[in-house]
Amino acid sequence: MRQYILKRLLLMIPTLLGVATLVFLMLRVAPGDIVELKYAGTGAFAPKEVLDQERAQLGLDKPLWHQFLSWMWGIVRFDFGNSMWTGRPITYEIWIRLELSLELAIMATIVAILLSVPLGTIAALKQDTWVDYFVRVFSIAGLSIPSFWLGIIIILGFLIIFKWLPPLTFTSFWVDPKANLMQLIWPALAVGYRYSAVATRMTRSAVLEVLREDYIRTARAKGLWERVILIRHALKNALLPVITVIGLEFAFLIGGLVVTEQVFNLNGIGMLFVESITRRDYIMTQALVLLVSFAFIFVNLIVDLLYAWLDPRIRYQ
Amino acid sequence: METYGRAIRKAVTAAILSLAILLFWTSAQAAEKGTARSGGELVFAVGETPPSYDGHRETTFAMLHPIAPHYSTLLRFDPENYPKIVGDVAESWSVSKDGLAHSFKVRKGIKFHDGSELTSKDVKATYERIIFPPQGVASARKAYYGMVDRIETPDVSTVVFHLKYPSASLLANLASPWNFIYKAEILEKDQRWYEKNIMGSGPFTFAEYVPGSHWVGKKNPNYYMKGRPYLDSYKAVFIRDTAPRVAAVRSGQALIEFRGFNPAAREDIVKALGNKVVVQESPWICNLTVAINNEKKPFDDVRVRRALTLAIDRWEGSKALSQISLMKFPGGLFRPGAQFATPEAELSKLAGFGKNIEAARKEARKLLKEAGVPEGFSFTLKNRNVKEPYEVTGVFVIDQWRQIGLNVTHMPQEGGPYFNDFRQGNYETGIDFNCDFMDEPDYQLLKYLSSDKSPLNYGRYKDSALDDLYEKQSRATDSKERLKFLRQFEKRVLDEQAYQFHVLWWQRIIPHWTKVKGWKITPSHYLNQDLRDVWLEE
Repeated sequence: MRQYILKRLLLMIPTLLGVATLVFLMLRVAPGDIVELKYAGTGAFAPKEVLDQERAQLGLDKPLWHQFLSWMWGIVRFDFGNSMWTGRPITYEIWIRLELSLELAIMATIVAILLSVPLGTIAALKQDTWVDYFVRVFSIAGLSIPSFWLGIIIILGFLIIFKWLPPLTFTSFWVDPKANLMQLIWPALAVGYRYSAVATRMTRSAVLEVLREDYIRTARAKGLWERVILIRHALKNALLPVITVIGLEFAFLIGGLVVTEQVFNLNGIGMLFVESITRRDYIMTQALVLLVSFAFIFVNLIVDLLYAWLDPRIRYQ
Repeated sequence: METYGRAIRKAVTAAILSLAILLFWTSAQAAEKGTARSGGELVFAVGETPPSYDGHRETTFAMLHPIAPHYSTLLRFDPENYPKIVGDVAESWSVSKDGLAHSFKVRKGIKFHDGSELTSKDVKATYERIIFPPQGVASARKAYYGMVDRIETPDVSTVVFHLKYPSASLLANLASPWNFIYKAEILEKDQRWYEKNIMGSGPFTFAEYVPGSHWVGKKNPNYYMKGRPYLDSYKAVFIRDTAPRVAAVRSGQALIEFRGFNPAAREDIVKALGNKVVVQESPWICNLTVAINNEKKPFDDVRVRRALTLAIDRWEGSKALSQISLMKFPGGLFRPGAQFATPEAELSKLAGFGKNIEAARKEARKLLKEAGVPEGFSFTLKNRNVKEPYEVTGVFVIDQWRQIGLNVTHMPQEGGPYFNDFRQGNYETGIDFNCDFMDEPDYQLLKYLSSDKSPLNYGRYKDSALDDLYEKQSRATDSKERLKFLRQFEKRVLDEQAYQFHVLWWQRIIPHWTKVKGWKITPSHYLNQDLRDVWLEE
């Protein structure tokens, strides 16, 4: 197993290198550059010499291969460079937003698990009853309603009914848990509900499938309690596909909550991503793509390891 | 004798009555204004985040709104009496008879936030950085100071700007809100230190910045104006999207947003908060223009360009667009109502500004026909993919052109390709914009100079007559003479050649909580942002 983990970790390197090369080239193909956007975007009278000087400061006057190699050399030394927009180190810019994004992703995942596993299981157990229909409607509604729209409704509800709005700025959970939860619980609910809808449907069909397996019939024939059959035998096996869905969604949440972050004015990775792309902040965008790719690869590895834990038949060589 | 006594009595009575009326009026005024009180934190929203902290380098309000309160400038625009210029660091100033030397006395007792004295040396180092930036330093407004030959400091409290030629705009340029006075000693060591650090002499000291989230300033107890600032602190919260920004003001979590909202947001906030908010409105020194690629056929023909401007009914458009967007005031090259603006009667004689739209469109069709442009001729209008006011205006302009038989496709684009296409000349027509911090022809006319002289001119034309007129007006110190050149310039751009033309000037709308006092709207969102006079009622 240790060898397997090591192999997977080593495989990350060529994958990330491939992603890095691809994103580097793709960004350069897009028209416009950060200097033009910065000056022309505000209508400033910036002569060519000013633009050229700025480009030179950012290294944009160098040939592409030079830019690529110096960026790669930085990555090898874990130096991701400075943001072309603010001039501050990339690691700092990401770090101050990562806590919020990670916490929101974790909270949304908890909301999704708390909703999806019980609801999906109950719906499977009560198949074709009003309970099942209710859960199905609830989850289809979750799939149909975009989380940002739900976010807007939550915010409008608070504004109109309570004349209140969640805090505008982020406070760390370790500094003030109450202020932290007051801000993040609402986007976590909005995102978690949608996230749970997929997982609920997955749980329901997986549990339904597992309940029809021979070993469940055998367990029942042996006279085991229904609760033991469900939790120890059915649910543990049914959770395999659910974990895949939850894992992939979790990785997506790290950098993909752009609109929800906009609606709730959250200073997260998603907003940084969009801003860096629209500003043509190449260095920042490249670093963020690498971060999200790493999150996907890492979460996939964790999911694979969880598989082995849940199903002893699975052994990685 | 009796008549004389009666006359004295009458005079005394009249004097007492006048005094009483005066007292009543002043007390009523005072009651209306309220007595400024100290304390509290002003929380305001900012729609963008600052790139660097360097005012000399940056060009966005997102830098000015949170950072301007940390700095002083040599002169400033008096917000109560815009465009009057008053001193900030400068206590007084004088101009030599030939107009070539401007001498400023630096106020004594101004201290940087580290306790050191601000002297003429700091002013000189600041302006030399702006006007003659050393290698590796980007100065965004260097081009506006071409008239300055050198700067001298005869003593610690005097700074003299020596000019190559007399300039009509120097004083206004020295009141630029971007020209933060930096500390010479710091600049000597590192010219780029201010890009990532703050050390000013303004009413507020730097407290905290969380990139992407908020910026906090604390009261400067050593500020040179006794009793100012009133606020204990301020917090600028960065909210990029309009809807959350409106929600922040509605909820009271932010008391004001200084850039401006559109009419819909104003209605929303006023409806929700009633008399808890007041709305300050002003014309804005910003406008949208129609850029025309003068190199592409058939737009290289002046008849076609004139037809395009003649077709636009700015007067009726103003009524409709001002209800739904920032677009409001029909005007020429200068902000309507400003000192350089062409009076309406004169303006209406220029192509596209007449009040008889039917006649104008009839002429437009005739011109198109003469130029050989067929009915239903198709072309594109490139635009920024920003709904308000860009896309709204794009739709309006296309509708106006449709009425003279043109078939125009609207192409909203993201910023990168949009500016790239404009710069490369890869467009036929497009919606362009202009925004300045003051009403000053040296600024407002730059866009219309020959394209090899102005990076802002996307029209891709060269016109030495315009370039000459620009130089003449810029050097004219007699206001009547200057106005004459300005009118000639305006007529040539908008009417005779119709190289490119304005659609409408913007309206600035600031709804804010009534408890925010001491802040007055100006025609620019770049001005009056040092917050030194702002106070909170409760």
